Amino acid sequence: MLKVSDIAEKVGLDIGVKGELNKDITGCYISDLLSDVMANSKDGELWITLQTHPNIVAVAVIKGLSGIIITNGRFPEPDTVKKAESENITIFTTHKTTFEIAGLLYNMLK
Amino acid sequence: MNRFVADLHIHTCLSPCAELDMTPLRIIDAAVKNGLDIIAISDHNSAENAEIAMKIAQDKGITVLPAMEIASYEEAHVLAIFDSIDKVMNLQEVVYKNLPDGIADEKLRGYQLVVNERDEILGFNKRLLFGATNLSVKTLVDTIHSFGGLAVASHIDKEIFSVISQLGFISDDIAFDALEISYNTKRERAEAVFGEYKSIPWITSSDAHHLGDIGRRTTTFLLEEPSLEEIALAFKGKRRIEWSDGVMK
Repeated sequence: MLKVSDIAEKVGLDIGVKGELNKDITGCYISDLLSDVMANSKDGELWITLQTHPNIVAVAVIKGLSGIIITNGRFPEPDTVKKAESENITIFTTHKTTFEIAGLLYNMLK
Repeated sequence: MNRFVADLHIHTCLSPCAELDMTPLRIIDAAVKNGLDIIAISDHNSAENAEIAMKIAQDKGITVLPAMEIASYEEAHVLAIFDSIDKVMNLQEVVYKNLPDGIADEKLRGYQLVVNERDEILGFNKRLLFGATNLSVKTLVDTIHSFGGLAVASHIDKEIFSVISQLGFISDDIAFDALEISYNTKRERAEAVFGEYKSIPWITSSDAHHLGDIGRRTTTFLLEEPSLEEIALAFKGKRRIEWSDGVMK
């Protein structure tokens, strides 16, 4: 199974916060509504989003997500970085769009 | 203390999604007819019809607070309520600087009318008022406070454009003065779903986009006088706030 540590290079992501890299990636969920992610994402999934608020870390922890990818050249807020560091959540950043990242990941995860 | 019935969330014809007959003149008439004592004029990302509404209301026995409903970067809507036009205009300047560039397509989203006290059109606002600002919700709330306004999380029960829909839950770093429950959710249901946020005061309002909506939900404040300062005291727990599903008179 693909691990969090594998995808930065394969997909071309920058690492914003280095968390638990040895986690298995079970799938991927895409949404910018955190309420929706809380309702519908599943354990071990990678999450692609535009949101940068510290709450994204809390959602990732609650849902057991394997990591967060922030797309479109956005960066996590300073408090988000701090929280991700303390919660050991990996955050990737990229200038690519959500569509491009999803396309690349889809072939690796399907 | 006196009872003041308030509807703190009313859009005018400046909001692209509001009806064109939502002119300040007609809004004030409807508000007075419905027995409201305090209203806030809260258009999307703009306050250009607020001053005229305040002027119209001067001899009508109703208090008009200038306000805005601002969309944060996360697309969470926040009501910014003020007591003077100067303060709201200071915030409007910041909001305008942080709106996306571009010209509003009126056919797509609706007209954005600036009007006078006789319902005459003074101009069309061409900004993308329905867009989201480039301000995070935390920055936005802090900015509202720095300009002397109150920050209320809009319709926290809505499935989109609410701080909870956008950010999952309300975190402690965002210093809201109050939370708004929309017309769509009964008090009992709100208590069951949002009980964890009882430490922040709750209000309810109409979020009127049509004349018939005005006052369909109201919050009653027990205040010494109908002012923002007194409402702020209510939000701090020093004055009573009451509301239920029905219209309070």
